[in-house]
Amino acid sequence: MAEMISLSINGVSIRVPAGTMVAAAVLIAGETMFRRSVSGEARGPLCGMGVCFECRVTIDEAPHCRSCQIICRDGMKVRTG
Amino acid sequence: MPSAASFDIAVVGAGIVGAACAREFAEAGLRTALIEAEAIGGGATAAGMGHLAVMDDSEAQFALTRYSQVLWKELAAELPAECEYLPCGAMWIAADEEEMAEVHRKQRYYSERGVPVEVLDTSSLADAEPNLRRGMAGALLLKDDSVVYPPCVAQFLVAQAQRDGATLILGRRVMRIDGNTAKLDDGSILFSDNFVLANGSSATSLVRDLQIQPRKGHLVITDRYPRFVRHQIIELGYLKSAHATRADSVAFNVQPRSSGQLLIGSSRQFGNEEAGVDGKIVSAMLQRAFEYMPGLKKLSAIRTWTGFRAATADKLPLIGPSPGRENVYLATGHEGLGITTSLCTAKLLGDLLLRRTPVINIAPYLPDRSYAVHG
Repeated sequence: MAEMISLSINGVSIRVPAGTMVAAAVLIAGETMFRRSVSGEARGPLCGMGVCFECRVTIDEAPHCRSCQIICRDGMKVRTG
Repeated sequence: MPSAASFDIAVVGAGIVGAACAREFAEAGLRTALIEAEAIGGGATAAGMGHLAVMDDSEAQFALTRYSQVLWKELAAELPAECEYLPCGAMWIAADEEEMAEVHRKQRYYSERGVPVEVLDTSSLADAEPNLRRGMAGALLLKDDSVVYPPCVAQFLVAQAQRDGATLILGRRVMRIDGNTAKLDDGSILFSDNFVLANGSSATSLVRDLQIQPRKGHLVITDRYPRFVRHQIIELGYLKSAHATRADSVAFNVQPRSSGQLLIGSSRQFGNEEAGVDGKIVSAMLQRAFEYMPGLKKLSAIRTWTGFRAATADKLPLIGPSPGRENVYLATGHEGLGITTSLCTAKLLGDLLLRRTPVINIAPYLPDRSYAVHG
């Protein structure tokens, strides 16, 4: 059984196995809109490998973090939208 | 000899200077041609920051930049949204007391000439620009400085010229000008009473002995971080580096775009005509920026590019008839101020061609002073 860590997604605390990518944690939290495009359209992970930049979220107040490339840390605060 | 010229005036180069000239001439009723070899606003116009700046290097530079700001304010209301006009003001940052003395000197200079300025001390600067390194001595805020997206302005000015009857000839390069004929690269001939060379440092291919040097610059653009900086911010040390005309130099210069992106500059190099990005210069430029604004380190840059400013020895543009060729006018040599001074350049050339009384004295910009200096 993997060690579990907790982080918050839009203020809601969730527990995920250590080693989970942030993109997966956001989806586990039930959030599908990771960000909005410049023209206001919903966006989410497309390539899953750090190339398309569609899965960007704000992590610990740093905007434009590619959630598919970052592993969850205990206590992390993630914001989407 | 052809006696009936097709045009009163043909402008070579549809960067922002050529576009502004074509608009000025067409609006005045001249039969105007605008010839662009590549893309509208695709040269130095697209490479620069688009900072509409007032400068005080010399009285002549002040007069040109200040009159230009007045013209930009008039134009601003007409500019479409994609031109991204942002009246954000500019701040010249003093890192220490020596530079603060320069802030006060500039404050007096500009105030005496009616330019709205304000001096910020350490704490008011920290409030105004919280991402600057703490403990700066202060800054001079130039309230009328603003920002545009130059290639879209060039497009807009060209469209206005066309509305007033100007003919745009796109994708053709002017190979030579003899009397009232210009030979184009497809072998065709264009007739015009007068010509204006507004093609930056490429003007040297059409007029012999022209004293213009390409001065290479680099810029970096970031992702969108709205409100990370609120004004165009330039270190006062920029004056020292921008003034060293022969050495490579970098200076801290950052600009907010209306998109929320940041432009980070700046660099100056002579004798490097390679268009490629120079990693060493970009690294030195960003290092300088991080010294002033440490938080920049955490932002994502998305693109880096280069461009070439058309530089003259005395840092003033060449505006007026080319010595010995009265019907070939120059509108080049604007170095880093071509976006700002494009409108005034067009106005002054219109004044000369139409024998109007110019609002400012044109003598400092006439090309024959350049030839006088350099023989």
